[in-house]
Amino acid sequence: MEFQRREAPFLAPQVGVSSIMLQVLAAMVPAAMAHVWYFGPGFLFNLLVAAFFASAGEAMMLSLRSRRPETGLTDYSALVTAALLAFALPSLTPWWVTATGALFAVVVAKHLYGGLGFNIFNPAMAGYVVILVAFPMHLNLWVAPSMGDLDYQHLTILQTLKFTLTGSLPDAIAVDAISRATPLDVMKSGLNNARTVAEIRSIPIMGDFGGRGWEWIGNFLAFGGFWLLIKKIIRWQIPVGVGIGLLLPATIMYMVEPGSHASPGFHLFGGATILCAFFIATDPVTAATSPRGRLIYGIGIGFLIYCIRRWGSYADGVAFAVLLMNMAVPAIDYLTRPHIIGHSEGRGRSGGTVD
Amino acid sequence: MSAPTYDLGTLHGGLRLPGHKADSTRSAILDIPVPSQLILPITQHVGDPAQPIVGIGERVLKGQLIAESEGTLGAPVHASSSGKVIAIEPWPVSRRYGDTAPCIVIECDGKDEAIARADAPPNFTRLEAPDVLRKILQGGIVGLGGAVFPTAQKLMQARTCEIDHLLLNGVECESYISCDDMHMRERAGEIISGAQILMHALKIDVCFLVVESDKPDAIQKLGDVLGEISDDRIVLKQVPTIYPSGGEDQLVQLVTNREVPSGGLPSDVGCLVQNVGTAAAIHSWVIDNEPLISRVTTITGDGVANPINVRARIGTTIADIIEITGGYTDKAQQLIIGGPMTGKSVSTDRVPLVKATNCVLVMSETPAIGPELPCIRCGDCASVCPVQLLPQQLFWYACADDEKKLRDFGLMDCIECGCCDLVCPSHIPLTADFRVAKGRIRELADEKARAARARLRFEARNDRLEREETERASELSEQKESAKKAGPSAIAEILKRKKKKHEEDK
Repeated sequence: MEFQRREAPFLAPQVGVSSIMLQVLAAMVPAAMAHVWYFGPGFLFNLLVAAFFASAGEAMMLSLRSRRPETGLTDYSALVTAALLAFALPSLTPWWVTATGALFAVVVAKHLYGGLGFNIFNPAMAGYVVILVAFPMHLNLWVAPSMGDLDYQHLTILQTLKFTLTGSLPDAIAVDAISRATPLDVMKSGLNNARTVAEIRSIPIMGDFGGRGWEWIGNFLAFGGFWLLIKKIIRWQIPVGVGIGLLLPATIMYMVEPGSHASPGFHLFGGATILCAFFIATDPVTAATSPRGRLIYGIGIGFLIYCIRRWGSYADGVAFAVLLMNMAVPAIDYLTRPHIIGHSEGRGRSGGTVD
Repeated sequence: MSAPTYDLGTLHGGLRLPGHKADSTRSAILDIPVPSQLILPITQHVGDPAQPIVGIGERVLKGQLIAESEGTLGAPVHASSSGKVIAIEPWPVSRRYGDTAPCIVIECDGKDEAIARADAPPNFTRLEAPDVLRKILQGGIVGLGGAVFPTAQKLMQARTCEIDHLLLNGVECESYISCDDMHMRERAGEIISGAQILMHALKIDVCFLVVESDKPDAIQKLGDVLGEISDDRIVLKQVPTIYPSGGEDQLVQLVTNREVPSGGLPSDVGCLVQNVGTAAAIHSWVIDNEPLISRVTTITGDGVANPINVRARIGTTIADIIEITGGYTDKAQQLIIGGPMTGKSVSTDRVPLVKATNCVLVMSETPAIGPELPCIRCGDCASVCPVQLLPQQLFWYACADDEKKLRDFGLMDCIECGCCDLVCPSHIPLTADFRVAKGRIRELADEKARAARARLRFEARNDRLEREETERASELSEQKESAKKAGPSAIAEILKRKKKKHEEDK
């Protein structure tokens, strides 16, 4: 009898890129629901716009590069980029702003560097920084969180959709009436105006830790992140590293001078810290790849986030911190190679037996 | 019985593979009758081919030496049954994926008549170590775990080192394979006796009998035998079921916490590793005088009707064995000799069972796994690599053909276990790529060595020519000097002589 021939191993692989990406997307669902709950349906419109342009950009670049578009689209990596971008943007964002970010992320940051697996910079963060530089005013339109005791005016679904499509509000509503500075902004400008942390924290929007609404989105993101850890989609080194890098300086500064430094809890649950720790920094393509390297990479991001928040001119520093550490990845990888079994000194005969 | 112990060192990575062992361990080992024809490759081991010493048409007996080992590394081949040598010709073999290699073909007469052996089996404890080794060499015994390194030479090498641990490898960590498991269940006594012979030959006082936790029956049987003979030098060790802890270097690390140096051998860290099947074969030869002419192998997979372990004569074709065990199912699409992680897929079942064949796996085609995607550097491969390599970086450098980086990142330390392939979400055939890259590096090194040798030869030739030139010049000038000293009449005499010689030559 004759048989076909193949190369070993003959067992089928256990996972696929698309299943990993789908699980990452699934892990973001609870937080996305919280986002809609607190900040209105704008998130969903942003997500749709980002997903459309990211996928279109991916398909376009793949066909320009004479690759099969369907393999690139079915790995769902463009959707993950779109989702991360949607989480980073305020719920009221005109479509062209989102589209610019999504297209830059996929076309420039990802495909001009060689596509999935070859990009040096985190596409979503590169896209976000382009928006931050090109449309800074649009990133201030964070609507007030919807909480029973905070009685702000809210937009209806149709009004939100209209804003997404046209970038203008109904005539009767002023921008100031519906939008609020983010807790990080409030903290930063408050401290710049020589108010104490205790004073700033008494503003209702500041919530318990990281700001009304924000802290709950953070909780749900952490929930999704732990699920990814359990499913071994991500490893512990980067989230823990980000935590250490951010909390260590935050705690020290808070202990030294609590009046002028926000608490570690505020830093952890405020802004995009949790999103960064579990979903952004853990992008395997642009992160360090050795276990020790990932810890260092995470610590670097956390530390840079703190430095930018505390001493920089931006309220949050996640995007810059991630992009800066992306640059350091080749060096980190080179310096943190694990020792290869059989090459270590002194673990031969004298290495101590267990009997 | 004596209970297993669990104190262990650490092994990085590895995988818990689906076992697939239950099917083939349901019934006892089946003895396959002597077939009508035996195909015996002259190379069934690592090293030089054995040289046939029988002629076509010659009648041979069971256990008779038919090919002698030559060179420093090799093993002899014995006739597995009695019959007539009908050909010495190329035949498909598994070692070459179903391509051909020289084999001795014996037409069996069915009498299975054994050769008479003059020497009655001596008590091995009265033999000197070199005599035991010589005996093992003559038995054609090789490592039966699949690596088929000639056992005698391994022991001789080990004798030059300070060995303090004998590790008997009953781990059998690869999916589907269960021949060692069944062997331990049915012949625990022979395995332990083989271990005692080895310990005697190498004067080792500690033997770890290492078995994976998914073989409770084998552990029970071995424990019972150890309890009966009360040899406290032999300790039963249970290790967790993780692939590839049965690799030689991995086993040493797991059990003794010693790292076998890169490019070195377990003997460099005082360990000698032998497969349990090899130990049983040593017992059969040293005590019962039967050389290595049969082995236990697993016939399994969804492509065979009756997964089972069989004891068959070396040289029986896979087709014959599978026919006796119940034939193929309609799912039989791939024939793999060895396990699903490190085995070789062959094109035909005419290949014979050889000393290396620990498993015959007949499978339906691996399910479609989708296209190969780019590496996303998730690092899952690095977390399962037992040698702690970074396959994601190696893959990168293999694509770039960067030999220096590949060496730097330890490509040559890759044991080709296949773990990285299984966890790669991008479905990149990493192990196959590494195999190719390794081959290329070896080729390059060979080429460099050849070029260096050629350069040395060229330089030596130049030196020689130059030396001859100067020697000749000095000789001529000496002759001229002496002729001058002798005066003009002498010169005329020389010229005349030369002229005469010249004419004579014409």
